[in-house]
Amino acid sequence: MSEMRFTGTDNYVATEDLMLAVNASITLERPLLVKGEPGTGKTMLAEEVASALGTQLITWHIKSTTKAQHGLYEYDAVSRLRDSQLGDERVKDIRNYIDRGKLWDAFTSDEKVVLLIDEIDKADIEFPNDLLQELDRMEFFVYETGETVKAQVRPIVIITSNNEKELPDAFLRRCFFHYIRFPDPQTMQDIVDVHYPGIKKELVRESMEAFFNMREVPGLKKKPSTSELLDWLKLLMAEDIPPEALRGKDGNKTIPPLYGALLKNEQDVHLFERLIFMARREGR
Amino acid sequence: MLINFFFDVKKAKIPATIREFLMLVEAMDKRLVMYNIDDFYYLSRAALVKDEKYFDRYDRVFGAFFKGIEDMTTALFDGDIPEEWLLLQAEKLFSEEDKAAIEAMGGWEKLMQELRKRLEEQKERHQGGNRWIGTAGTSPFGTGGYNPEGVAIGQRRRRQGRALKVWDRRDYKNYDDNVQIGIRNIQLALRRLREFARVGEDDELDLDETIRNTAHNAGLLDIVMRPERRNRVKVLMFFDVGGSMDDHIRVCEELFSAARTEFKHLEYYYFHNFTYEFMWRDNRRRHEQRTPTWDVINTYPADYKVIFVGDAFMSPYEITYKGGSVEHWNEEPGLLWAQRMLDQWPNAIWLNPRPETRWEHTPSTMIVKEVMANRMFPLSIDGLDRGLRLLTAA
Repeated sequence: MSEMRFTGTDNYVATEDLMLAVNASITLERPLLVKGEPGTGKTMLAEEVASALGTQLITWHIKSTTKAQHGLYEYDAVSRLRDSQLGDERVKDIRNYIDRGKLWDAFTSDEKVVLLIDEIDKADIEFPNDLLQELDRMEFFVYETGETVKAQVRPIVIITSNNEKELPDAFLRRCFFHYIRFPDPQTMQDIVDVHYPGIKKELVRESMEAFFNMREVPGLKKKPSTSELLDWLKLLMAEDIPPEALRGKDGNKTIPPLYGALLKNEQDVHLFERLIFMARREGR
Repeated sequence: MLINFFFDVKKAKIPATIREFLMLVEAMDKRLVMYNIDDFYYLSRAALVKDEKYFDRYDRVFGAFFKGIEDMTTALFDGDIPEEWLLLQAEKLFSEEDKAAIEAMGGWEKLMQELRKRLEEQKERHQGGNRWIGTAGTSPFGTGGYNPEGVAIGQRRRRQGRALKVWDRRDYKNYDDNVQIGIRNIQLALRRLREFARVGEDDELDLDETIRNTAHNAGLLDIVMRPERRNRVKVLMFFDVGGSMDDHIRVCEELFSAARTEFKHLEYYYFHNFTYEFMWRDNRRRHEQRTPTWDVINTYPADYKVIFVGDAFMSPYEITYKGGSVEHWNEEPGLLWAQRMLDQWPNAIWLNPRPETRWEHTPSTMIVKEVMANRMFPLSIDGLDRGLRLLTAA
């Protein structure tokens, strides 16, 4: 059972600590909570774990209105009342009106699946508390039918959070925790190689330099992230921008082309342009 | 051995519990890691530490424990310039002259060079004075509050010949937000201000009522809907902008963005220094698009909860005299306007970003505090908590 091991995939670069956290959570059958800056591949991790282990991925996207009950099941009382008016035979069995949620699907699967609870911090602050028992024991009770749904094979649970809300301690205690740090240049190089194997080395070097410099700019409201760098590279390749264009003439600082892919906030763009302008004036 | 390590973790105020420790032991038992301290470091961190802000502290504990150093302080103070030296320990704001003095030294780049040079010279901890680096001095270094960007010197000077392990790199130092007030903390504090009620659109099925009505209706379906439970607290915020408030922009921004996501009914206006006969909603067009304060008072009913945000740091004349405003000629004193607003919205507090200890030395702050009937609170998590408690109770 614990033979399953995650070692990264062909299109996902997993650092050593991330692999260890994933494997710990698989072996001990405890949820793994993943936090990190937006665009560092939190959601992708679950997809990649599923594909690496060759299992199914069940995704539960959390919204601000999501309730814990939605993940278990919902009782469609209105349909049943309507059917009762029409004299439908189905009405006699309440089970016909129970809509299964994602947790139910994950628990009743015959093989080990990966359950992704995406962006848990979007929901109300009490939401994680409402799922404590369900995630701990991997079972829940259906009041309408009096049955207990219990996981045959405990799923691998991966939970992502963007840190919008603090999660309750009782919930944290039951998870393994991993914080995906912003990749260092070396890891970033690996990531780019995985995504664009044929890309010109020169272009990567220049763009990475521009990218990391941009992240250093003080006071940016939203620093560009990995996914934005990848988008930017794609654009640069599509437009066939030569690497030299990323570096200004005689080594001067310049505004990189298509930088709209990196900076998405109007104020950040203004700030950045102003800084470049000032740097240029000083350089003269 | 592991148990001692766990106690050290606890001692460093990392909120790990027995449950998590047992989880770690179980993982070790399942042979997840073998004879590799790096792996053990990652595993134990994933099991014991649940917030990246504690990662740095964990790194230090881990480093100390597994080097066999009994006393953590030795490990801390050996070789590194402790960050703590540079944190503001005694509070002292730097005056314009100090800032000018730093400029006079040739700007920031020059300052950093000089700083490193002096660090080499300095042997022991220092406080006060005007040359050495430490806290609360008038030396241009270690100012903490003024230009905090440059304070990362502790890490630049690693002892040579020492192999850096992962935990020694202390990559997560910036995440340790022990003292800082962050958006999520504010959000949690703001949750205090909740009034749940079922108002508005009917969008939820009231099952009990539906069944009852259907039965009354001789079995003919009669669906009853009801509004969902929502937070219907209404909040009106007034922000002081410009001038002395420039130093507090960040915390005000955080407060504003937290409030915006928390309250559905949030209205806000800006003023400069004190409340006069007009306010504005857009800082870029403050001179063209003004709203008369009378209109604001007449627009929002008395059940709005009002939060003023400002440092109340000005000349007393700006509050009590007509024509006291620094920006325009005001026909009526600001104090009168503040009184009118408080008459309209009795549920009001004033949040002040300046530390509470400094209020009594500022006459204008004391006047405002008196007008607010003492309901002035510092803009810290604790102050926010106290203030909102008062707003909720009212």
